[in-house]
Amino acid sequence: MTTPIRQPVPGKALIVLGCPEVPSQQALALHVAWSLRTQGTSVHAAGNPAVLNLLKVSDPEKRYLPEMQVLEKCIEEIVEKKRDADLCIVFAHNDAGISYAATMRHLLPASRLVVIIFGKDPEALAALVDFPCEKIVEKAVHNPMQLKRKINEVFGWAA
Amino acid sequence: MGCIENLKYEMILPLGASFKECREYVEKNFSEFWYVDPGYKLFDEYIIGLPPIALGIDGAKIIFPYTKPCHGTYLLGIEDEKEADRVRKTARKKK
Repeated sequence: MTTPIRQPVPGKALIVLGCPEVPSQQALALHVAWSLRTQGTSVHAAGNPAVLNLLKVSDPEKRYLPEMQVLEKCIEEIVEKKRDADLCIVFAHNDAGISYAATMRHLLPASRLVVIIFGKDPEALAALVDFPCEKIVEKAVHNPMQLKRKINEVFGWAA
Repeated sequence: MGCIENLKYEMILPLGASFKECREYVEKNFSEFWYVDPGYKLFDEYIIGLPPIALGIDGAKIIFPYTKPCHGTYLLGIEDEKEADRVRKTARKKK
């Protein structure tokens, strides 16, 4: 895990979500969005339709995630310079998640990139990351609490 | 798979292949291959992956990795002479 460094509060954050088959992801996405919004950061999330629907059901009044869109559209907007972010947080629990993180590193070279690597075998996945980013690595499938603690440490949020 | 799903494609490596396996397969099995970066547009979709992304060309067929969040990366082949020519003009030879 990266040593926490006090960072300026980002104006815009992008949360990139993976496939929702690992349930801790959705809970942590809402936690991260809430924590960022509490500190004054505007938050946008991108994912596949399944994960977006899960979040919409959990957040019917859009208190945590007011802005969401499908990943393909988000990537299109970033490539076309219609969207950017000071902070990009990618949830990765499989090889595809690392591919999306690498893509964000390339498309948003000036952004702070934090890759949250979780699931059943996060260490093996973390070994695939050979591009500049901060990694938060924790075995987390159903129980988000240990990973939440690490995320809070990295971002300097109270437990 | 979005627009690409509607095209006539050949599955060269099945779902669940890693992006590194896809790159190595293209480099080892195709005499003509090119490199692009993530965000390169192919068949109206933006290619995802760890740069450099290897694209193979076999005649008019383009071999490319296609990533979906739930499944990982597939290596697909699609015949399209115009798109193959566009890759030759816009991609690079060096990693």
